[in-house]
Amino acid sequence: MANKHESMHIDPYEKTWIIVSILMLIVFFGAVTVAGLSFGVRVPDPVQRVNPNDLAASGTFAEPGLKEVAPKRYEAYIVAQTWSFNPREIQVPAGSIVKFYVTSKDVQHGFKLQNTNVNMQIVPGQVSSLAVKFDKPGEYDFICTEYCGIGHAAMYGKVIVVP
Amino acid sequence: MTANVYQLTAKEKRFIGWHFIVAVAALSIGSLFGPFQAMEHAGWDFYEKFLNPIFHSYYEGLTLHGVLNALIWTTFFITGFMTFLMIYGLKRPLRYPKLNALGFWMMVVGLVIASIPILLNEASVLYTFYPPMKAHWAFYVGVTLVVVGSWIEGYGFYLTYYKWRKENPKTRTPIIAFMALVTMVMWQIATLGAAAELLVDLIPWSLGLRQGLDPQLDRTYFWWTGHPLVYFWLLPAYISWYAFLPRQAGGKLFSDSLARFSFWLFLLLSVPVGFHHQYVDPGVPEGWKMVHSLLTYSVFFPSMITAFTVVASLENAGRARGGKGLLGWIAKLPWNDPSVLAQLLAGILYFFGGIGGLINASYNINLVVHNTSWVPGHFHLTVSTAVTLTFMGILYWMVPYLTGKELWCKKCAVIQVWLWFIGMTIFSNAMHVVGLLGAPRRTPLGQAPYIPEEWAGHLLRVGIGGFILLISVYLFIAIMIGSLVTKKKLSEELEPPVADSLLDPQTTPRWLDHWAPWLIGATILLIIAYGPQLIYQIGTAQFTSPGFRVW
Repeated sequence: MANKHESMHIDPYEKTWIIVSILMLIVFFGAVTVAGLSFGVRVPDPVQRVNPNDLAASGTFAEPGLKEVAPKRYEAYIVAQTWSFNPREIQVPAGSIVKFYVTSKDVQHGFKLQNTNVNMQIVPGQVSSLAVKFDKPGEYDFICTEYCGIGHAAMYGKVIVVP
Repeated sequence: MTANVYQLTAKEKRFIGWHFIVAVAALSIGSLFGPFQAMEHAGWDFYEKFLNPIFHSYYEGLTLHGVLNALIWTTFFITGFMTFLMIYGLKRPLRYPKLNALGFWMMVVGLVIASIPILLNEASVLYTFYPPMKAHWAFYVGVTLVVVGSWIEGYGFYLTYYKWRKENPKTRTPIIAFMALVTMVMWQIATLGAAAELLVDLIPWSLGLRQGLDPQLDRTYFWWTGHPLVYFWLLPAYISWYAFLPRQAGGKLFSDSLARFSFWLFLLLSVPVGFHHQYVDPGVPEGWKMVHSLLTYSVFFPSMITAFTVVASLENAGRARGGKGLLGWIAKLPWNDPSVLAQLLAGILYFFGGIGGLINASYNINLVVHNTSWVPGHFHLTVSTAVTLTFMGILYWMVPYLTGKELWCKKCAVIQVWLWFIGMTIFSNAMHVVGLLGAPRRTPLGQAPYIPEEWAGHLLRVGIGGFILLISVYLFIAIMIGSLVTKKKLSEELEPPVADSLLDPQTTPRWLDHWAPWLIGATILLIIAYGPQLIYQIGTAQFTSPGFRVW
């Protein structure tokens, strides 16, 4: 038994399959990398630590809301808490770029802005941030997507984009 | 492989059987709540009307569904199946049966301790137990005991293997025992994350010995375990597809060496991928998310090898049964055998589960699907079909093997499998679609104020799929109970359908039977993928979150 020829015995079809599998994965990974680096489809990166028990002390979240930093450029500071967002509603003109900064006062929450690429985990002690450009007027719900207690299903807010 | 077969003793069969009894009992309760969630989405809220006040809320039900199905049904089934694979594979009894019994009973005690607070609505935190939601300490202690019990069963396997290796220094490890061992070692590396979270953070915190936690750090600990947990579920199903299904279908394992190679790759690559569950976390840098994305793509590769080998083995079987032409062999497979049928249909839905998984792994594409109902839609194709339907298929031959009695109502079993396939296709497709439209997961959508009109049709399909699955799972449980109490004895003892390999396993390269290089490789990869971030996150942790009871 022991002196039989040892090898991987890879069938020719299987060899082709393996090569195609590897190429496919390389192409897919290339595609998401290009989307991330060239088209700016980014995921959240660490921004700032805060104390969830004393958000006022952090400065930026002392007064949550919309701040205009330049014409049609805004920063939105939003506090998630059981079971609402503060503020619940913000209004910007079409063509605005809004950078969202969201943190939690209590448990984990989610922040998904419908029909955009903004989707973040909200973790107490951290600030989640992503930016989006609103081209079309309309209403965009932001909903809580992480289980945060018995009232979770009712937790949402709205961005109103006016012409 | 006839003369050299070790026949399991009645005691060994009973020990394995008890694992399956606990597993199926957990499934019978856990599966009750899944359809209730699904039907809630369709507007039929049983919680308000019937289940209150015994089951207090949607979230108590969802916690039961997740814990009992994803943690208990799987872990008990898998440790029982592994016990069989070790004994039958190595053709010898366990080295220390009492050690394995200790592990099993620790798991049972853990299950009881964890169940009490869940049923009293004191632990409605779901199976991911994200702090700072705080459950009763007994929940965390119970879950810990289940995990530690599974480790102890694993130590029993290692000691058995060590003894076998001393007695058989030159033989290739029999493939079923080899695969069980790799799965168990992977599990023990994988559960270190949850162990750290439970022992260092959650248990002392829930007992009041620690004031606050850093929820971001706990997410990192959790997902160290959370993704390889998926492979702990999947690999035993792969074992059945590689090493049993070909024989059940009438053929042989196509490639012994590639089957082993794929399992080594799973040992290397299953664990250092956790950040792909944290792509949209605020506290993990983009660069590390990218690294884990690449590694997650890599762990897709051994699944591609598995797909080829399993389909090639099935083709081998179909042709041996007289199948001709390019696809004629498919029709010749024994589709009327419930065990084979379950695994074939599980494999078909797993094809779509795999594609969805690749999408979830794709870094920024995760922005579209994270925490939407797409995700449970996805994992109901993987853990709830590829894994669960395969496990059901295994039980369809394993239970008669263990009891020496006939499977009760084989026709019912065929119907049960088809119902699962149909129900899951409807349910999962609707969950995927409505998730892409923006529906959040873990949410009683029937109560949500922001649901647009256009989701209604999909939510109805979620409910219909759930209802069909409810019928299927209780048909399965009826077949299990029927098979236990039936008086019809098998005319001759059933031989477990372990497939031969097309080529003698002794010709498989020796480096595929050595542990050290793979274990060292896995450790190095973990240090690279997790080391810097763990040091950073622990070093900068701010333990500022007190506990909350928000349900």
